[in-house]
Amino acid sequence: MIERIQQLRQEGEAQIAGARGAQELGELRVRLLGRKAELPRMLRGVAALEPSERAAVGQAANQARQALEELIEARAARLAEEELDSSLQADVLDVTLPGAPPQPVGRLHLLTVMRRELEDIFLGLGFTVMEGPEVETVHYNFDALNHSPTHPARARRDTFYLAYYGQEDERARRPQAAAGGEELLLRTHTSPMQIRAMENHPPPLYVVIPGRVYRPDSDATHTPQFHQIEGLAVDEDITLADLKGTLLEFARAVFGAEREVRLRPHFFPFTEPSVEVDVSCFQCGGSGFLGDGARCPLCKGEGWLEVLGAGEVDPAIYSYVATSDRNAPGYDPEKVQGFAWGLGVERIAMLRHGIPDLRLYYENDLRFLEQFG
Amino acid sequence: MKVPLEWLREHCDPALDVHGIEQSLTMSGTKVEAMHHHGVSEVQRFVVGRVLELRAHPNADRLSVCTVDLGRAADDGPATIVCGAPNVAPGQAVAVARPGGILPDGTALSLRTLRGVPSEGMILAERELDIGTGEEGILVLDEQPGALAPGTPLADVLPIATEVLELEITPNRPDCLGVYGVARELHAATGAPLSEAPWLKDPGSAGALQGAEVRVECPDLCRRFTARAFEHVEIRPSPAWLKARLMAAGQRPINNVVDITNYVMLLTGQPLHAFDLDRVEGARLTVRRAAEGEQLITLDGQTRALDSQTVLIEDAEGPTSIAGVMGGERSEIERGTTRVLLEVATWSGPNIHRTSSMLGLRSEASARFEKGLQPEQCMHAQAVAAQLLESCAGAELLPGTIDVAWTPVAPRTLLLREARVRAILGVPVPRERQAAILGALDFQSQPEPEGLRVTVPALRREDVTREIDLIEEVARIDGVDRLPATLPARRGAAGRLTHHQRVRRAAEDALAQRGLHEIAGWSFTDPALADRLRLPREHQMRRMVPLENPLSEAHSVLRPTLLGSLLDAARHNVAHNGPDVAIFESGTVFRARAEGQGADEHQALGALLTGALQPRSWRGAPVEADFFAAKGLLAALLDSLRVSWAVKPNEWPFLHPGRSAAVLIGERQIGFLGELHPLVARTWDLERAASFVINLEEAAAASPEAVLFEPFPAVPPLRQDLAVTMPQSVPAEQVLARAREAGGEILEAVSVFDVYEGTQVGAGRRSLALALSFRAPGRTLTDEDVAPVRERIVAALGELGGELRG
Repeated sequence: MIERIQQLRQEGEAQIAGARGAQELGELRVRLLGRKAELPRMLRGVAALEPSERAAVGQAANQARQALEELIEARAARLAEEELDSSLQADVLDVTLPGAPPQPVGRLHLLTVMRRELEDIFLGLGFTVMEGPEVETVHYNFDALNHSPTHPARARRDTFYLAYYGQEDERARRPQAAAGGEELLLRTHTSPMQIRAMENHPPPLYVVIPGRVYRPDSDATHTPQFHQIEGLAVDEDITLADLKGTLLEFARAVFGAEREVRLRPHFFPFTEPSVEVDVSCFQCGGSGFLGDGARCPLCKGEGWLEVLGAGEVDPAIYSYVATSDRNAPGYDPEKVQGFAWGLGVERIAMLRHGIPDLRLYYENDLRFLEQFG
Repeated sequence: MKVPLEWLREHCDPALDVHGIEQSLTMSGTKVEAMHHHGVSEVQRFVVGRVLELRAHPNADRLSVCTVDLGRAADDGPATIVCGAPNVAPGQAVAVARPGGILPDGTALSLRTLRGVPSEGMILAERELDIGTGEEGILVLDEQPGALAPGTPLADVLPIATEVLELEITPNRPDCLGVYGVARELHAATGAPLSEAPWLKDPGSAGALQGAEVRVECPDLCRRFTARAFEHVEIRPSPAWLKARLMAAGQRPINNVVDITNYVMLLTGQPLHAFDLDRVEGARLTVRRAAEGEQLITLDGQTRALDSQTVLIEDAEGPTSIAGVMGGERSEIERGTTRVLLEVATWSGPNIHRTSSMLGLRSEASARFEKGLQPEQCMHAQAVAAQLLESCAGAELLPGTIDVAWTPVAPRTLLLREARVRAILGVPVPRERQAAILGALDFQSQPEPEGLRVTVPALRREDVTREIDLIEEVARIDGVDRLPATLPARRGAAGRLTHHQRVRRAAEDALAQRGLHEIAGWSFTDPALADRLRLPREHQMRRMVPLENPLSEAHSVLRPTLLGSLLDAARHNVAHNGPDVAIFESGTVFRARAEGQGADEHQALGALLTGALQPRSWRGAPVEADFFAAKGLLAALLDSLRVSWAVKPNEWPFLHPGRSAAVLIGERQIGFLGELHPLVARTWDLERAASFVINLEEAAAASPEAVLFEPFPAVPPLRQDLAVTMPQSVPAEQVLARAREAGGEILEAVSVFDVYEGTQVGAGRRSLALALSFRAPGRTLTDEDVAPVRERIVAALGELGGELRG
C-alpha cells in the first residue's frame, strides 16, 4: 500500500511538472486530488485498515497529498508568471517617441546666472550680498567717492541725469533734484553703495553689491546699461595682498583652477593704491599663443585678460561716511582699512562664453537665451 | 599718448627689448595700450648714398639715371639708380633704399627696370620714409661731400624706424604727458639711468623783457604766464630728425617754429604758443575772461560764442585766441615772421576742460592743460624751446622773461611710516628700498625714527598730498604684482543672502523651471509707451521718470512697468523665431514721485506668454497662452513662495476687460493678471497674449521666512463631491467663500475641480463641481456626521442662485 502511495506520488509529480497551462493543471488537480481520485480515496480508507498499518499509511498518504498540492500551487504560480511574461513581451512601446506632455525647458538669463555664480563665490568667501538704489544722488555717486567737483565723469556726456518731473509738462528738461536740492542721476557704478553700506554697518564689513548701472555709451562694447558687482571689505588690517588673494579665489572659481591674477597699478578716485586686475588667459593658458603657434585671439597675445579695477579704500572715503544710529561714530581711517573692487558682469560673461557683442544681452533673442542658464 | 621708443631711449635706455619696456611701464602703472611700428622695415637696407653722376634717362624725359656711391654697403661699386625727382644733383648725400628694403607703406623694393634701365634701389623723399610731408623732391642729407660717408646706415643719421608706444596716462599723472616724464617712470621701474633733464641748460635769463608786455586780469584761471621774445627768426622746414620725431608721435610738421612748440610739448608735457610779435598789436597781451556772449573766429574759421568762464588772450586790437584751447589767426606764425613771442602759461585744468567741452574743441594742448599742469613746467618748456629756436631757426633770444601771476610755493613734506607701508601692502618694503624708489621718482627723503620724511617734487604736488599717496608710489614701483595672495582674517564675517534675495532666486527659478526664458530688458523706455498701453491721462503708470540727457527719445524715460520690455522681447521673438514665446523678467521699475520729489523704484517680476506653451505633441494639443495659462504660472510662482494670495476681477487699460484681474495679497494689490487687450497686442504685432506683473518686494515680504512644523492630523478626512449649477455671473471664488462659511470648522477644504457649461444646465448658468474635504479632531467622520453640514452648504449656495445637480 505504501508502495502504491509512493507510485501515485511519483506519477503525480511527473504529470504536474509536465502540465502546460492553467486548464491542464486544473484537470490534473481533479484527477490527482479530487474526491474520486485514488489518493484521497486511500486517505479516507485509512480508518478501515489494520491499526498497525493505519499510522504509516495515513502519514504517507497525507504527505503525498500535501506534496502534490504544493507542487500544483507552485506550478500554477510559475505558469501565471510565464503567461504574464509572454503578454508583456507583446506589449512594446516605441521608447524613442518624445515624452508627453512635453515639458518645456526655460532658462535664466546669462546675466542672472553669472550674477548668482559670482554672488555665490563671494558668499563662500564670507561676503554678504547688499543692494542699493539705481537712482542716486550726486553725493553718493561722485562727491562721497572722492571725485573732484570737475571730474569728467560728472559731465552730461558720461552720466545720465534725471529731468524735472512735473504734472504740467512731463517732458520739461529741468534738472531733477532730491529733497535737499541735490541733482539726481542714474548711478554710473555700484560704488555709491560702499558709502551707504558703511553708513549702516559698523566695521568689520564684508559686502558684495550686485546691480544695474548706467552710462551714456552705445556700441558693440558698451551698452547704456550694464551690471557690476562691487566688493568692499573693511576691517582693522585688510591689505592689498588680501585683495589679491580674494580676487585669486574669484578668478579660479570663474575661469579655472590654474588661473593666476596680476595686479597692475592704476588710478581711481576712491582707492589708493589703485590697481587693475588681470587674469591669466584661459584660452592660451597665459602664454599668449595657441597650440598651433597662432596668436591667442582672446587675449591678443598678451597672456592676460583685464577683468576689473580695485584697490585699497582711499582713507578720504571714510571721512564721507556719515555717522548713523546704526553706525556711530563712523569709520576712523587711522583704525580701519580695507579694499574695494568693481567688476563688470557682462565683461566676465563675455570673456568666459565668447559673447561677441554686448548688445546681445539686451536683444533677448531666444536663440541667445536658450544657450545659457 | 604716443611715445616713439627711439625718443624715449634718448632719455632712458634700459637693456630691454620693446616688450621688456612695455612690461616695465605697464607693470608700474603706465599702461601700454598698443604698440606699432613707424617707418621702414628691413632697416639695414637703407643707407646713405652720394650721387656721383647724373645722366638723362634715354627713354623718359623726367627721369634721370644716377650713379650713386653706396660705400661699403655695396660690394660691386657704385649703384645705378633711376630717379624722378627734379632736385637730385651730383654731390648730394641722399637716402637710398636698396632692394629688400620695405617702405613704411609696405612697398618692398626689388631690382626693377624702369623704361629699359635697371635700377638698383630708390633715392627717397621724406614723405616716402614717413619722416616728413614735404613735396619738394628727394631728401638731401647734405649738399657737399663732408661728414656723411656713403654706406653709413641711414638709421644712424635719421630716426627712420622706431616702435611707437601708445600709453594710457591716468588722470592723476599729468607729469607723464611728455616723453621725459615717461622716461622718468621707466628709470624708476628699471633702474636704467635717466638723462639730465633737457631744461637744465637754459640759454635765457630772468628779468624784464623789453618790447612786450603781458597783463593777467584773471589770476584765478591763469596760474602763471611766461613769455620770451626772439628776433631774426628764420621760418623754414624743421630739420629732418625733428620732423621724423613729430611724425612718429602722430603730428604733422608745419614749419620750424610751430614744430618746435609741438616738439617741446611732446617732450615736457607743457604746451606752448608762438605769436608773431610784429603782429601782436601794441606788443601787449591781456589775459581776461570773455564777456557773456562774446564771439571769436578761431583758427578753423568758425565763429565761437563764449561765456564769462572762457579765458581770452587779446592784444590792442582785440581777442587773438582762446587760452589753452585754440589760437587765433591774426597773430599766427607765418612764412614772413621774424620776431616771435613765445607764450608758456599754466591754465586752470577744470576751466580748460569746461571750455573745450563747451566749444567741442579738443587739442593736444587742451588735453594736457585740463589734466592740471604745474606752473614750474612753464620754464622747462621755455628753456628747451629757446635751445631749439637758436639751433633750428637761427633765432636770437632777447634777454629777460615775462613771468606773471605766479609766486613760488614751498614744497610739501610728508611722513612715510614704515609700519604703515607694511600695514597697507601686507608685506614689508625695506626703508632703503622705499628711499631709492622715491628718489628715482624725484622725491627727496630724510630718515626719521618712524620712517622717512619725504619732499614732494613740484610736478607731483596735486597727486601726492598724503602718506597713502607715497605708499602707492612705493607699491607700484616695488611691484604690486609681486605681492603674496592672502585672505582677510574675516572676523565676524558670515556670507549670506537676505530673505528677499533668496525669495527672488526662488521666484525666478519657479518660472524658469516651468519653461519660461528670462529676458533682460532696458530700464529706459519711450514716453509713448503710455499711449501704446492705452493709459488714460491720470493713470499712475504715466508717472514716468524723465532723463535730462537721454540717448534717444525711445529711451528717454525710466520704465514704469516690465510689460513694455516683455512686449518688445515678444515681438522680436515672434518675428525672428516663431509664434510661441514664454518669457519673464525680474527687474527694477521706476515711478516719479510728486512734482520735483525724485523717484521711487522697486523690483518687479513679470511674465508674458503668447502662442503654445509647450512644443506640439503626438499625444494631444498643447496648452495655448490665455488667462488661465498665465494664472496657473502665477499660482505656481506664489504658491512656491508660500504666499497667501487671491485675484479679483479688475480692469486695466491694457488688458482684455473681461479677462483681467488684480493680484492681491490680503487687501494689498500687488500686480495684474490677464490677457492683453487685442489693440495693445496688435501694437506689438502679437495675436493673443497673456501676462502678469507683480511687485516682487511685496511678494517677498509676504513669503514666510521661517516655517514651523505642523503635526499630521490623526484621523483621515472624509471626501465628498458636490455639483451645483450657478448663474454665470457668480464668481467661483464667491461660491467657495460661501461654502466655507456654511461648512464651518468641519469643512477642512473646498475647491472647484470641474466647470461645465451647456444646454443641460441652461442658458446663463454653469455647473461647478466642488471637492469637499471634512475633518474633525479626534474622530473619524461618517457620511451621516457630515449630512447636516452638507445640507447647510447646499442651502447657502441656493441663496446665490445655486441648484443641486441631481
